[in-house]
Amino acid sequence: MICAGIDCGAKNTKTVIMQDGEILGKGSVPTGLDQKKAVEDSLAAAIESAGISRADIKKIGGTGSGRKAIDPADISVNDIKAMGKGANYFFPNSRTVSDVGAEEGRTATLDEKGNAIDFAINEKCAAGAGAFIEAMGRALETPLEEMGPLALTSNREIPMNAQCAIFAESEVVGLIHAKTEKKDISKAIHGTLASRIVSMIRRIGINEDVVLLGGVGNNPGFVEAMRSQLALDKVYVPKAPEYGAAVGAALVAVEEP
Amino acid sequence: MVDEKKHEFWRWTESNWRNPGIDWKRVEFITVGVDVGSVSSQAVIMADGELYAYGNMRTGSDSPDSAHDALHYALKATDMPENRMDYAIGTGYGRINVPFADRSITEIACHARGANFIYGPEVRTVLDVGGQDIKAIRCDEKGKVTNFLMNDKCAAGTGRGMEVFCDQLGIPIDDVGDLSFDVTEEPPAVSRTCVVYAKSEAVGLLRSGWSTEKVLAAYCRAMAERIYALLERIGVEPAFAVTGGMAKNRGVIDRLMPLVGLQAMKTNWDTQIAGAAGAALFGYALCQERKARAK
Repeated sequence: MICAGIDCGAKNTKTVIMQDGEILGKGSVPTGLDQKKAVEDSLAAAIESAGISRADIKKIGGTGSGRKAIDPADISVNDIKAMGKGANYFFPNSRTVSDVGAEEGRTATLDEKGNAIDFAINEKCAAGAGAFIEAMGRALETPLEEMGPLALTSNREIPMNAQCAIFAESEVVGLIHAKTEKKDISKAIHGTLASRIVSMIRRIGINEDVVLLGGVGNNPGFVEAMRSQLALDKVYVPKAPEYGAAVGAALVAVEEP
Repeated sequence: MVDEKKHEFWRWTESNWRNPGIDWKRVEFITVGVDVGSVSSQAVIMADGELYAYGNMRTGSDSPDSAHDALHYALKATDMPENRMDYAIGTGYGRINVPFADRSITEIACHARGANFIYGPEVRTVLDVGGQDIKAIRCDEKGKVTNFLMNDKCAAGTGRGMEVFCDQLGIPIDDVGDLSFDVTEEPPAVSRTCVVYAKSEAVGLLRSGWSTEKVLAAYCRAMAERIYALLERIGVEPAFAVTGGMAKNRGVIDRLMPLVGLQAMKTNWDTQIAGAAGAALFGYALCQERKARAK
């Protein structure tokens, strides 16, 4: 059976098309202000990449902060469930997952089927989401995609005191004035975000094999900071982690009647 | 190429002032309080415990310079030489970086003491909304702190949050209060707490057809609700006084007071000088003690 998962997020809307546990195609578009249009556009992009027609899709699961706008969805899947099933699909042995998106951070402990046992969410504060790196990138005058690689070139630890994104921005400006190197500031920025996510994970307890999903998983500076703060040899990140929740939503759509 | 100067909407009015009724040559003790905050710095000069002069300006990137600048700005309003100072106390976020200070005192103590001076001994609850924190302080008739709560982790509800928002909307911060009441109907508060997210929400509201005034009203309401949450936790006992830069923003304060269910006390003084005034008064008390001991 061919099914689709659509994740309408704060920044991007992602669609994945799956058949019997295989990913056939994917599509991602900026969500913008018109969520319904983003849903249609990302679905169309995924259909094209899978080389199928819309009628081939038998079931659609919708998830994400904008899931109410996903009209084509047969079933609405909550973020935690989609995240757990997505992590389980990529790494069946994983028992802890964190999904860090543009405006939300979520984490859950999982059973062997990817069902959430316990979870925590931050949707209130930009200091625990991708928006933090984006805002700091503006202060550093560095494009978002260069922030992570830049951080990896630093081997200095400089402390950042501010937890709030707004205050951290002033702090970054202060560091620039003090002639601190950009790469060292960038590393500190990624460390600050990671410490927020790690403290959220610690609240519900860390099991080994931590999986990272969400768009921020594409940022190598963040992944490295997570690895070092969790003191784990390996943090698992699938290819294209931003599709994690969409995959989970597609799988739930198949499972549920 | 055209040199493009970015308009700084967040920039509030700096000021200095001197009390013309006081002659520094006829005064026993000149004490100075310097409040180096994260966003603004003030220097207050007291002549035997009476307000003689002050300067209120933006904090630069360097705390010692900011302390000096604020002091010189206050002195500029007078004809008094700098070395006439008998005692100086630093307070605020950068208090340990006031090079000419004889000692430092926490801003909580100084704000309570300063509010007691500015508003009078009947003040029992002081709300100080500064650049990077919100403080709710309970005090006695002498301006001594009996309890306090503080938010210094999050920009929501702080002056810095308002500055960032003004920059986003392109509205000079001094105009926010009046403009925010220029609406036909009071909108609900902006729903997102985090200033970063509130900014994006504002963009969405503007695109959906809201006027800038209406967005300002919604944001001022959100700030008032955020500040009220802190006051509610500590409990408000009258009389109630507001210090710090936000006291000048009626967009927030006039929306806050109905929530509190009280009237805020009024003053003609600059509300931003409360911390520095408190510090200068502590300095005066120390000078008097020293004199009494010397006898």
